[in-house]
Amino acid sequence: MSGIVVNPAVSCTPAQEITADLSGQMLELDEDDDLEVFSKDTTLTDGSLFNASMPTSPASMINQFEEDADDKDIFVTVDNPESHVTAIETFITYRVLTKTTRSEFDSCEYEVRRRYQDFFWLKGKLEEAHPTIIVHPLPEKFVMKGMVERFNEDFIETRRRALHKFLNRIADHPILSCSDDFKIFLSAQAWELTSHKKQGPGFLSRMGDTVRAVAATVRGVRNRPEEFTAMQEYVDTFSQKITSLDKVTQRILKEQKEYLEELKECGPAYTLWSGSEEELAEPLKGVASCIERCCRETEGQVDQLSDSLVPGLHEYVLCTETLKAVLKRRDNIQAEFEAKNDTLANKKTDRDADSKDLGFVLGSFLGKNPEEAKRQRQQRLDLEIEELKEEIDKLENKMECANNALKVDWARWQKNMRGDIKAAFLSTAERNVDYYEKCLAVWESFLLSQRSDLSAESSREQPLDPQETTKDASPQAT
Amino acid sequence: MEQPSLVVRLRVSKKKLKIGRMADSNSEEIAVIGNTDLTAAELENNKNNTMAEAGTTLLRRMDISVAEAEKRTGKNAVNMQETYTVYLIETRPIDAVTEGQNPAPDSLWRRYSEFELLRNYLLVTYPFIVVPPLPEKRAEFVWHKLSADNMDPDFVERRRTGLENFLLRVASHSVLSNDKMFYHFLTEENGWKEVVFETGFQAKADSRLKALNATFRVKNPDKRFTELKHYSDELQSVTSQLLRVRARVADRLYGVYKVHGNYGRVFSEWSAIEKDMGDGLQSAGHHMDAYAASVDDILEEEEHYADQLKEYLFYAEALRAVCRKHELMQYELETAAQDLTSKKQQREELVTGTVRTFSLKGMTSKLFGQETPEQREVKLQVLEEQITQGEELIKDQNTECNEYVKNAWLDIERFKEQKDRDLKEALISYAVMQISVCKKGIQVWTNAKECFSKM
Repeated sequence: MSGIVVNPAVSCTPAQEITADLSGQMLELDEDDDLEVFSKDTTLTDGSLFNASMPTSPASMINQFEEDADDKDIFVTVDNPESHVTAIETFITYRVLTKTTRSEFDSCEYEVRRRYQDFFWLKGKLEEAHPTIIVHPLPEKFVMKGMVERFNEDFIETRRRALHKFLNRIADHPILSCSDDFKIFLSAQAWELTSHKKQGPGFLSRMGDTVRAVAATVRGVRNRPEEFTAMQEYVDTFSQKITSLDKVTQRILKEQKEYLEELKECGPAYTLWSGSEEELAEPLKGVASCIERCCRETEGQVDQLSDSLVPGLHEYVLCTETLKAVLKRRDNIQAEFEAKNDTLANKKTDRDADSKDLGFVLGSFLGKNPEEAKRQRQQRLDLEIEELKEEIDKLENKMECANNALKVDWARWQKNMRGDIKAAFLSTAERNVDYYEKCLAVWESFLLSQRSDLSAESSREQPLDPQETTKDASPQAT
Repeated sequence: MEQPSLVVRLRVSKKKLKIGRMADSNSEEIAVIGNTDLTAAELENNKNNTMAEAGTTLLRRMDISVAEAEKRTGKNAVNMQETYTVYLIETRPIDAVTEGQNPAPDSLWRRYSEFELLRNYLLVTYPFIVVPPLPEKRAEFVWHKLSADNMDPDFVERRRTGLENFLLRVASHSVLSNDKMFYHFLTEENGWKEVVFETGFQAKADSRLKALNATFRVKNPDKRFTELKHYSDELQSVTSQLLRVRARVADRLYGVYKVHGNYGRVFSEWSAIEKDMGDGLQSAGHHMDAYAASVDDILEEEEHYADQLKEYLFYAEALRAVCRKHELMQYELETAAQDLTSKKQQREELVTGTVRTFSLKGMTSKLFGQETPEQREVKLQVLEEQITQGEELIKDQNTECNEYVKNAWLDIERFKEQKDRDLKEALISYAVMQISVCKKGIQVWTNAKECFSKM
């Protein structure tokens, strides 16, 4: 039950150690109407009633999640896409509206306009600061397939929804929502954001990071803990399955659209026929109108699929890239740590090695005192070893933090994933039930109208087949 | 309505008797040689029954069904091996069944071409009847699942049903059911073809060219028949349009349902790596499989509906044939009348000695001198004979035409009522089908929803 110290380098400021007991008290205080909403107490406005120190069993987390919903203190919406035309380019901006009671925000309401680039920047910063936290994916930068234009209405709306979800996932995240970059994203004016973006590690230091990352990738990890291997396997399978589901769903959408196109021709065919008939005109027109109403319902189905299920699954396809990247970064951190350990071991070996070495021989040639040289070398090595040990400590800390952050966030991500997928399929199933129920009503009312005309005939439920009809109905035969 | 139909039947019987007698003269040999099931006496008895009960349709006295289909191979007309399908026709007198006996049905095998022969015979023999159509020769308006292959078992099965339907329609028709060739078709397997050919019906068939000619040259077409012809054209065009659209919709619907089957597979595989979601996914997957599988039955039933529409698509052709026959008769009547008029004119010219119309005769007589009174007398006599004959002919033709019109309209009215009844039932059965589809859909997706909510 004791909390894990959250390393200031990787978490939000101020660093806090919050035990389960205190968090319970915080919940009670929040429910108290007398409590001033804008409390300066940093323990309350840490932004997380639930953070890395909480026990990570699923049951307790579910409880936390429900309580979170009531205690949400930051609300973000993305809406109102607008097109901007400049001399160089045309782009879309979205309005980002924030309402919050958190104290680190100067005001409680913000309205800014942001473009996709800005969201992309934010994601990059968050991943940089929290390499092993799973950041919800952004909608795709480019859309390759089909003739989808960047400025097509549906495309913009789908993108808007995805961006809305992206920001909300961050706002709901105990660690990410404390990020400075996030705060600036939500609140800064355009020029402020631009200048803030320009800050940060310089080009050369970023290069250095990249080189280290590549080196770590090449090196690979030696003793990956079992649970992360299990995660990797899960991600591989999950990625396959979710990609399949995405493809299947898109195919269903395509088939459904084609079905709708053909069905639209059906009603008019019956109406055309009714023009040639007398007795039959009315039932034919009835069938035509039933089919037309079913067409409208099918349109609703198509809309639900393309607005809800397809993007819902697709965002998890994008998620798998994030998951793979997170696992990779975790591995790299471990690899770096292992590499430094190797270096330390080498240096130690060096230090404890026999003094008979080339340097000594060379030194004696150059007239240096061999003992003096040896002592100097030993001193230098000792210093280096001490430095290394410090670095290794830091890396070990970093690694442990990263691992723990990932473990906790993994559980959180799984819970979110289950919720999202369940919601998406539930809404589809509900829509389909609704579709069939509406169509059923349409055909039943048609049947009623026809059956009442057939009062002279028998009231059989089963349709007559021609043989029966021929047998029975021969007026001249009687 | 009762009185006229009785009259029709009697009239038809007379005509039929002529043909019947022709067949009778040969039937003895045929009965002895070909038919091993019935003795000559029994056959005679059956014939008597047929005649006596001309007032009721065959169907009331006999159960008829096309029970089976079988593949056969044999040598065809050009001595090449061919594979074809034969259909088993079973018949059983109803009174035998109702008397408590349960005799085995009589049966014989027929191929599609024999059905065609029978129908062609009926078309020629009863041109004023809207003759029921046969099921299609080749599968048309198919959607991708059905093959267009005539050997495909589904196609054969649907054809079997269609052939049975044809026989039942003929057997329940007040006029057609009394036809002897039809009766023989049902009861005598061997030699039937020869008997039919011997009726000489093929000679009576009007050439298409003649019929086409008539269409364009009739001066006073009967308005009712013209309207009917237009209607038959419209019926043909709207039903084929509807069948085309329906086939495309069926194809698409198949696609939608079948793709859902993939959910089943992927859910199942995914459930293996999930702890909490696993069960929900797995069971939802089963329902998706069930959903995908359900479309086969749905489309099978719809095929039956399509067949009902197809029957009336083909009926349109039969309707048009009745109109064309009338046009032909009208045209022949008009031609004969014209002929008579011109002969009468010639006579007048001869009598009065004036040449009113330009003719080669007139010219030559002018050039080479008039005919002698004796020659003129002879010519006059010939003309008078021709005129008398012509007047007789026209009188007969007129009667025939009027008869035709009367009989045709009776059957057309009967057909219209039948069509309205059948198609209304078909539309209702279509609605019932759709309701069943919706109910199945509700069930599957409600179940799936349950599973999803448990995830």
